[in-house]
Amino acid sequence: MKVLLSGNEAVARGAWEAGVKVATAYPGTPSTEILEELSRYEEVEAVWSINEKVALEVALGASFAGARAITSMKHVGLNVAADPFFSAGYIGADGGLVVVSCDDPGMHSSQNEQDNRYYAKMAKVPLLEPSDSQEAKELTKIAFEISERFDTPVLLRLTTRISHSKSIVEPGERIEGEERNYKKIFEKRVLLPAVARKRHVEVEKRLLALKEFAENFEFNRIEMGDKRLGIITSGVSYQYAREVFGDASFLKLSMSFPFPEKLVKKFASMVEEIFVVEELEPFIEEQVKALGIKVIGKEKVPLIGELNPQILRDAFGIPYEKKIFHLPEIPPRPPALCPGCPHTPVYYVLKMLKPIVTGDIGCYTLAALPPLSTTDSCVDMGASIGNAFGIELAYRRRKEKPKIVAVIGDSTFFHSGITPLIDMVYNKGVGTVIILDNSTTAMTGHQDHPGTGRTAKGEEGVKISIESLVRGIGVKNVFVVDPYDVKNLKEVINREIHRKEPSVIITNRPCVLHREFKGIQFSSVRVNPELCTSCQICIRLGCPSISMKDGKALIDEITCTGCGVCLELCPPKAIFWVDPQAPSVRFPKAKKSKE
Amino acid sequence: MIKSVVISGVGGMGVLLASDIMTEVFLRAGFDVKKSEVHGMSQRGGDVISTVRWGEKVYSPIIGANSADYILALEMLEGLRALPLLKPDGEIIINTYRFNPLPVSAGLAKYPENIIETISSQVKTHVVDALNIALSLGNARVMNVVMLGAFAPFTRIGKEIWLDVIKENVPKKYIDVNLKAFENGYSITGGE
Repeated sequence: MKVLLSGNEAVARGAWEAGVKVATAYPGTPSTEILEELSRYEEVEAVWSINEKVALEVALGASFAGARAITSMKHVGLNVAADPFFSAGYIGADGGLVVVSCDDPGMHSSQNEQDNRYYAKMAKVPLLEPSDSQEAKELTKIAFEISERFDTPVLLRLTTRISHSKSIVEPGERIEGEERNYKKIFEKRVLLPAVARKRHVEVEKRLLALKEFAENFEFNRIEMGDKRLGIITSGVSYQYAREVFGDASFLKLSMSFPFPEKLVKKFASMVEEIFVVEELEPFIEEQVKALGIKVIGKEKVPLIGELNPQILRDAFGIPYEKKIFHLPEIPPRPPALCPGCPHTPVYYVLKMLKPIVTGDIGCYTLAALPPLSTTDSCVDMGASIGNAFGIELAYRRRKEKPKIVAVIGDSTFFHSGITPLIDMVYNKGVGTVIILDNSTTAMTGHQDHPGTGRTAKGEEGVKISIESLVRGIGVKNVFVVDPYDVKNLKEVINREIHRKEPSVIITNRPCVLHREFKGIQFSSVRVNPELCTSCQICIRLGCPSISMKDGKALIDEITCTGCGVCLELCPPKAIFWVDPQAPSVRFPKAKKSKE
Repeated sequence: MIKSVVISGVGGMGVLLASDIMTEVFLRAGFDVKKSEVHGMSQRGGDVISTVRWGEKVYSPIIGANSADYILALEMLEGLRALPLLKPDGEIIINTYRFNPLPVSAGLAKYPENIIETISSQVKTHVVDALNIALSLGNARVMNVVMLGAFAPFTRIGKEIWLDVIKENVPKKYIDVNLKAFENGYSITGGE
């Protein structure tokens, strides 16, 4: 029976059908659902890794042991995993090894829009690009076959519109591979210079063999139509081009590296004019032009952002019925920290104390936007701590020193925050690190991590204490605080940012969307308009539940979760609990008594 | 012939559930269908759109300007924001529900006045008071299914398929209220 699957679900299904035994990942939009799906299959050992580098190393280890393994990550995750990725290119694959990169053209949820197809070229491994969910499933299965046949990892590259679009898929059955045993293969896996030199020769031979394969690969196909125009395209761009240039001839490349030169030359000889339609970089275009074939590509097709059919029509001057709508000014609706978010009071306090705040990757990046506007930088996973230390070093010999705070989430800290903290402590750094521990990887949809002690399979495992870890590193000043207790929070942060030693503050309230709160009807707070003096201090929290109506603060009781922070901050004490006995995010076991 | 609908709303309102149900309905009615949306950053109370396209053969999962046959707006302002995606002869089905974006709550921006008039003077508009319908059923959260009901007659797909898919996609204890929500919406736009 045909089913609707997203591209990510289809990759998981394809891996399962291919008999995959081990799956690893660190969550990252738009890749997260691949491992979430795989964790539901009983036959698959699926794990959340601490970061993408470890994820790839674990998958490579499984491949050493002869098992088929898949690791999935967002595009920037492959930067983190680049080191083992390049080595894996030399080592090859015993059990099939598939590395999935989900790129994010348009940067819906990312800090850049790098085109990871270049990684395949640089690491000299084959590249597959599906253009819908059915192909995502098929190409995942084929990726394992290619991997084992040619002794190479395979890069399977999706983009947001493949990962998160649903289309119709014909599911198949799982083919369980034979149980294989670990074999020691010194001349492949011990990448000493003497070994690596020999491996590089093998890698080049492998590329030639893969090129021949690409020439005859059934998913690299010519679809002949009108001979006056030929389109060379791949991935989701194929769908856009198919819709816009319906009558033209197409060369659809599902494997664009190694590049099928003969096939491209053949296609070029069959058509009069050629357009190359691809999102982001001119990856295919450069390779076609290197063959001396004249094409139109990036001089018309935008290099920045996502494509869609209308963008292509505009680019090539293809008319469509247009209508200009007359619209008033439309206020933006930026994403925001949730009502009751335990990060909000931390940023509220930081806004008052005005230190330099180096930020990191997670929900709390949203505190960079108004009204909190309290983050000075957001670079990459774990960067907050290194950036803060760097600023301190730059000021080290000066008299006037700024106050510096690095803010990082719990999952991000495990991912890449531990090493820079060691660096800071070792190098006598001074500064405050706030770890916002909300017991989950919130932004990507609540995945577990070492601090939650629950595995991807939902089993209880070892819970790693951030506090003990930080103390073990050698930080002497470690404070675990309740972020909802704003008075104490402010006292602790204010004291620590003046300290001449490294200090770590860990906030300890779970995300309001955490599973432990599931099904609880939270009690809210309410404003007594008679007492409200319209000072707007509560508004400055940036809580989506609080707005001004007729000059008075108004709290939306449907969305309020009862963190009580506005109640505590309100100078005239105009805010009160609607039902002091009911559970709230502040008092989840109910029964608050502070009136 | 490919048809396209854009479902627009605010993260947390059930845009994705509505588009999931719709997509499954098209599959069962025998169409090729694709849907696309973006997860992650945009879900934290930000504006969300989901695109669903159906027909004999669908290529692109997304659309650009002036391409949607229908907009299904779960919130007024988000109907306005999505309007440029509509074809010149497209139709909009819009909820009168208003949810202030943060810059409006914080007094930094204004929520536009007379949104319904602005839209209905330019395109064919079907107005639905889904909040009050949902509240009369005792559950504000089924607004999205009221809107789904209001959209269904435009697809000319049998009501039974819609009801079956809804039953399979909502929690058991909320099946009844969701079916009622659908029926209420359905009757507004001329369904029987």
